[in-house]
Amino acid sequence: MPTRRRAFLILASLCLLALASFALALTAGSLQVAPADILASLAGRGDGSGDVVVQLRLPRALAGFACGGLLALAGALMQVLLRNPLADPYVLGISGGAGVGAMFAMLFGLPLLAIDGLAFAGALGAMFIVFGLAHGDGSWTQTRLLLTGVIVAAGCGALIALMLSIADERKLHGMLFWLMGDLGQTYDWWPALLALVVALLCAMPFARELNLLSRGLMQAQALGVAVDRLRYTIYLLASLATAASVTTAGSIGFVGLVIPHLVRLATGNDQRLLLPASVLAGGSLLVLADTAARTVIAPMQLPVGVLTALIGVPVFLFLLSRQPK
Amino acid sequence: MSAPLLEARQLSVEIGGKTVVDRMNLSLQPGERLAILGRNGAGKSTLLSTLAGLRPPQAGAVLLDGEDCALLAPRQAALRRAWLGQFQNDPFGSTVLETALTGRHPHLGRWDWESKHDAELARKALQAVGLDGMETRQVHTLSGGERQRLSIATLLTQAATLYLLDEPLSHLDLNHQMAVLELFAGAARDCGAAVVMVLHDPALAHRFCDRALLVYGDGRCAQGTVDDILTAETLSELYGYGLRQIEDRGHRCFIPE
Repeated sequence: MPTRRRAFLILASLCLLALASFALALTAGSLQVAPADILASLAGRGDGSGDVVVQLRLPRALAGFACGGLLALAGALMQVLLRNPLADPYVLGISGGAGVGAMFAMLFGLPLLAIDGLAFAGALGAMFIVFGLAHGDGSWTQTRLLLTGVIVAAGCGALIALMLSIADERKLHGMLFWLMGDLGQTYDWWPALLALVVALLCAMPFARELNLLSRGLMQAQALGVAVDRLRYTIYLLASLATAASVTTAGSIGFVGLVIPHLVRLATGNDQRLLLPASVLAGGSLLVLADTAARTVIAPMQLPVGVLTALIGVPVFLFLLSRQPK
Repeated sequence: MSAPLLEARQLSVEIGGKTVVDRMNLSLQPGERLAILGRNGAGKSTLLSTLAGLRPPQAGAVLLDGEDCALLAPRQAALRRAWLGQFQNDPFGSTVLETALTGRHPHLGRWDWESKHDAELARKALQAVGLDGMETRQVHTLSGGERQRLSIATLLTQAATLYLLDEPLSHLDLNHQMAVLELFAGAARDCGAAVVMVLHDPALAHRFCDRALLVYGDGRCAQGTVDDILTAETLSELYGYGLRQIEDRGHRCFIPE
């Protein structure tokens, strides 16, 4: 168990990491701008070049940080809810639902705002379908929830494949980028950031109860946790966090799975530290990955989801092989 | 006289539509130890978790310290009774000390962190079950018996006055079986705790409990002092296998025919 002091130190150093990732995101790119100009623009008294950077790169970095943080938080919560270290934010079909909504909007050439709106509606739809089916007879067990989620996700996958196969070629590129996760088409950064702050503030009061929940339902209940209420809350929070992120940036993979594991490995499994640390680490990773995505083969851009997966897969396999049996 | 630590009124328990306990009354005072005996699948564990308020009874009520369990907030219930389950699994890593400290949860406010005092209590509990010096070990490196003792230490850290133990001796070697039973006998004798334990060995039940509750699995239950009820005759009927009774220095022993 980390002491308060150690938790504070870890979070402070992760805040520094987050700042560093922002610094890199603002300075890296085809347009070279001196850090002094950027700082001046951030303070609101810059000249032309600094302002461009701040108006273009800062919102994208903020959106990236918010999405990374949301995914890492949702992943950490899902892993406790399902008591399964391999759970990620998408395991219960949220991204599938969002994908169906977004693909539908893109297939009919709807504007960006409608794509976001339908993606969010799709995510909520998947959430309620999974909850309704899994909770139907009141048993609401982890296995049942997981199975229902996986099946709904598979159904969504089929619908997405169907729409991809009938879409004309001009639209395919955008659709594929959405599915792989892409911050280049982000409409606005503040809804995701607001969602991140709200989700973290809602989750933190339950952090110690989550520690107990990860040890088993009966165990947690015997130690005084109102298990049912807590599980509804966590399910709702994790789903909404995932929906907010998917709506903003498409289904970016591996952040939600790998980041909680990385943090757990470094700091232990106390949710009071794990949740905020995951948010900071996940946000920073996504900002860094997105910076790489738009600079590695500039002026072409890669979907950031490809980069997070390319980084995530080897890291995760490495962690898994190191895990004591 | 104060309210009993545990009371069951007209309690019925069912498993999968079959009533295994039918309108049972039970009352446990401070310092009393009760053994629950019965065949596999007779409903002992289900009865125990119902008595702990972890599952709703089919009918009747369970009272902790005179208050209806169904109306108690989970945290209030956790301050009154500690429950030891049969299965522990730890999908995520955790150290021995962290695990023992989870017992402090009901005593802490929402934003509290475990204090030095809590850590002290946890260390004492670990010492009581012979796990001192293993505070930083990961739980999944423990043996079955060590894991069981860690669960018992967590229970002691919870510091409730009523202990509900589901097969507390599973995985334990002989010396630790005796140590654990002595530990709870001491808690009942010195601290006024009440103990209910599901046991499989009638000899140990006779030696370490005041009363026994026999669960037949068809709705019938029988209660009595251990001297009266733990006899070759009743136990042979309970288990459906002939037993012979041997007395040695006040201890009873039962040998299968």
